[in-house]
Amino acid sequence: MTSPNRPRSFQEVILRLQAYWAAQGCAVLQPYDMEVGAGTFHPATTLRALGAKSWAAAYVQPSRRPTDGRYGENPNRLQHYYQYQVIIKPSPPDLQDLYLGSLRAIGLDPMIHDVRFVEDDWESPTLGAWGLGWEVWCDGMEVSQFTYFQQVGGHDCKPVSGELTYGLERLAMYVLGVEHVMDMPFNDPAAPIPLSYGDIFRQTEQEYSRWNFDQADTDMLFQHFRDAEAECARILGAAAEDGAGRRIPMAHPAYDQAIKASHIFNLLDARGVISVTERQAYIGRVRALAKGCADLFLTTEAAGVAA
Amino acid sequence: MPDALIELFSEEIPARMQARARDDLKRLVTEGLVEAGLTYASAGAFSTPRRLTLTVEGLAAGSPNTREERKGPRTDAPEKAIEGFLRATGLGRDQLEARDDKKGQVWFATIEKPGRPAAEILAEVLDRAIRNFPWPKSMRWGAGSLRWVRPLHAILCILTDEAGARVVPLEIDGIAAGNTTRGHRFMAPDAFTVTGFDDYAAKLRRARVMLDPAEREAAIRQQMGNLAFARGWDIVPDEALLAEVAGLVEWPVPLMGVIEDRFLDLPPEVLQTSMKEHQKFFSARNPKTGRIEGFVTVANIETPDDGATILAGNQRVLAARLSDAAFFWDNDLREAKSGMEGWAEGLKSVTFHNKLGSQADRIERIAALSREIAPLVGADPDQAERAARLAKLDLRSAMVGEFPELQGIMGRYYALAAGEPDAVADAARDHYAPLGPSDAVPTAPVSVAVALADKIDTLTGFWAIDEKPTGSKDPFALRRAALGVIRLVLSTGAKVDLAQVALSHIATLFGQVQMRGYETQAADCETLPDDLASEARMRVEARMVPMDPDSGVQALGRHEQWAADMSADLLSFLHDRLKVHLRDQGIRHDIIDAVLAQPGNDDLVLVVNRATALNAMLATEDGKNLTQGLKRAGNILAQAEDRDGVEYSFGADVKFAETDAERALFAALDTAEPAIRQAMAQEDFPAAMTAIAALRAPIDAFFDTVQVNSDNQILRRNRLNLLSRIREVGRQIADFTRIEG
Repeated sequence: MTSPNRPRSFQEVILRLQAYWAAQGCAVLQPYDMEVGAGTFHPATTLRALGAKSWAAAYVQPSRRPTDGRYGENPNRLQHYYQYQVIIKPSPPDLQDLYLGSLRAIGLDPMIHDVRFVEDDWESPTLGAWGLGWEVWCDGMEVSQFTYFQQVGGHDCKPVSGELTYGLERLAMYVLGVEHVMDMPFNDPAAPIPLSYGDIFRQTEQEYSRWNFDQADTDMLFQHFRDAEAECARILGAAAEDGAGRRIPMAHPAYDQAIKASHIFNLLDARGVISVTERQAYIGRVRALAKGCADLFLTTEAAGVAA
Repeated sequence: MPDALIELFSEEIPARMQARARDDLKRLVTEGLVEAGLTYASAGAFSTPRRLTLTVEGLAAGSPNTREERKGPRTDAPEKAIEGFLRATGLGRDQLEARDDKKGQVWFATIEKPGRPAAEILAEVLDRAIRNFPWPKSMRWGAGSLRWVRPLHAILCILTDEAGARVVPLEIDGIAAGNTTRGHRFMAPDAFTVTGFDDYAAKLRRARVMLDPAEREAAIRQQMGNLAFARGWDIVPDEALLAEVAGLVEWPVPLMGVIEDRFLDLPPEVLQTSMKEHQKFFSARNPKTGRIEGFVTVANIETPDDGATILAGNQRVLAARLSDAAFFWDNDLREAKSGMEGWAEGLKSVTFHNKLGSQADRIERIAALSREIAPLVGADPDQAERAARLAKLDLRSAMVGEFPELQGIMGRYYALAAGEPDAVADAARDHYAPLGPSDAVPTAPVSVAVALADKIDTLTGFWAIDEKPTGSKDPFALRRAALGVIRLVLSTGAKVDLAQVALSHIATLFGQVQMRGYETQAADCETLPDDLASEARMRVEARMVPMDPDSGVQALGRHEQWAADMSADLLSFLHDRLKVHLRDQGIRHDIIDAVLAQPGNDDLVLVVNRATALNAMLATEDGKNLTQGLKRAGNILAQAEDRDGVEYSFGADVKFAETDAERALFAALDTAEPAIRQAMAQEDFPAAMTAIAALRAPIDAFFDTVQVNSDNQILRRNRLNLLSRIREVGRQIADFTRIEG
């Protein structure tokens, strides 16, 4: 942590990761413009992991986990946070080395730190997806999730994508030596107007924690869930050809509805209105949507089907 | 005699899978070699997180030539038969030989298989082993189709003899075998060539890789010991953690750190669990304070700053973790001191099983049952009930939410914080025990009462909803619960009438289960269309409250019959587990059967005492012969009763005795009968055994000299009635017909 190469702010950690993965040939995408629970939900990962076409992308994804809200008081927990996501298909043979390069890029030198790959298999019941890999430990702290996708939406991934997910706040706090997330410098501390993470997000964490836990209108949310589910099913069931006879299956619009349903489910869960037994049923409903989207995506050009 | 060296170099293999993978690699390769006719002298397997290694020494240079003769069809057999023979042997017609046989001229084939060189066989065997490796979970990567536990990067496969080392030609999914490997990922990443196992192990060591997991464990143990010694501390031993940590590093570097003062008041179990589960740290105890004050983390690298950065990082992570734990502990203690009402309330919404209700329902049942059992095991009923009500409240605590394995342990702390007496608090900790056949059994009466109640409620509950274990499926661990009941009852020597306890509890459960079923049905009615809903609701409600008294009585009768059937079935399940338990203690299964066939078999202590005494007697010469005599008496009697259609059970009179042997038997029985009766009544089974064993000589003498089936009907009947006295005496002890031999 005393490396001279150390970044000075949260945004510098992000910028260095962006530059590093751009240099490795990844398309640096922008965050998906919908509420998601993790970077994996971005169609650039979920859908693009399917099919035969090669793919390499990296992006920041704002992620929301309503149940993790702590009104901005917990040093490590947030209901809104950032993930950095890298997805490369087929997974290159030197993916571990590429990953270690990214740690060096943000000032974590594996020659003075203890970097370890510790078994951690990944599964997303709502996406019908799973993979094998590790959580990467740096001096005993989990800094990333490293996964070789085996299935998405119930389909075998062929070829296999390699996915890297960095929990940005935690990683940056470690690199910057900060104890409480809200104290972390967001921009350069020497900037004319230095801003901390708390300056930007303390109030929003409070507001969203209150809304997530106490205020969100559950009747409305249940209705939204049903609407998203119905719209997703309708899109999936629509004819592949449009009125002019062009073949345009609408995998992405359908998938937006699946994402929406998934996030609404998370909100309802945070409001505590979904019982343990119902929980499984809701997860199953979202999975069915995601599966339908995966099925449809596999019929499209982006999945490698000839136009 | 060449030696073979194989290394499969991959990305990090999960620590928990390495031991089995070593065994599997050794087994698959050596069995394959032997099957192909290649002998070897010895083999050894090793692993690190990144490699699986096998050395096979003293390998034969090749498999031997083989020659096999096969007899085929007659030379004048149909063409098809001859063609079939050619196909089967892989020979041409001109290679066959016609020989004279008893039945005429017959084709003979001689199949010669030349031996094959070791390299060829090894390549085949290794190819097969890699493709069929039984990983618990395996994966694909990149664009390939090969499966391995994580991406496989390189295969080293060489044969070494006097002439030197050569690579065994082999290629799997684009990975060609070679003679190079790499050292530590960070400290010595470059490739190097090896010429044999010794060279390989030595070069790896220079490249900062300790190949042998046992050596890594020993090194960790020793270095940790040194670090602890320097501070006057002890490392808390944890073999499972040691094995895991040794599987996470190629070059172990233990580093010792100190736990900050502000965390030292946390219970030691919390410190230990948090450090182990989250960070794979060993705990260090200060013997002077008895507290856990330090930790050891095992790094995988030597750094220029001697691990200072690594230790500082780990310390930081630990502080964050323990801050969480301290936060949980403080909040939990506050709740505990205020009476834990909130937790009790919370358990109402935690489902135990949808047919058996919430955890709160379950606690209610266990409390009642603990009260009932308390006097049987010498516990105070109020304390037992109180303990049962508290024992599971910690399931709602934040700490147990974070560390489920601390359930019970935290319960004890919280009960103490709530001002409960030690007996009650200890029961909260101990009521889950025994968890396995080797787990300690609680002995404190209150703990025993609650532990028994907990398990009996589980058993009767799942029996009541017909979720019994079948075959290898036992999702609710009912066999373990049954064994727990058995061990608890036996170790306390308590006289618990299990049949009675189970029966009354099952009857309670029945009402609850049925009512819950009705409630669910009633709730389901709400989802029906309105016109159907009211009709359906009426029907369900009619069953919830018996409308007319007659049907109510009938229903009650059915309940009782059902509860009796259930509890009998459950008792026989307990008997099965008892048999397994006693068999493990060296008591023969037929002896257990013979005792279980007796009345009073629902008192497990009685059953075991009888079985133990009987087991001891049957091990003696007298015992074995006595069994023969009793069986012989029983058989003769059964045949006679069968033929005559009557039961001989009464009226043997010594005045019809003809011989001394007969009279002696009468006399012996006159002595033995009351002695056995008295001994059995006092449950002094050894005395009963001694008394019955004394009958051996008179019974033997009787059968040696007396003909039971005499022509004289009076004598015959008298003797049969005498035999029935023998049978009765035996029956007091056990059902001897079930004793084998």
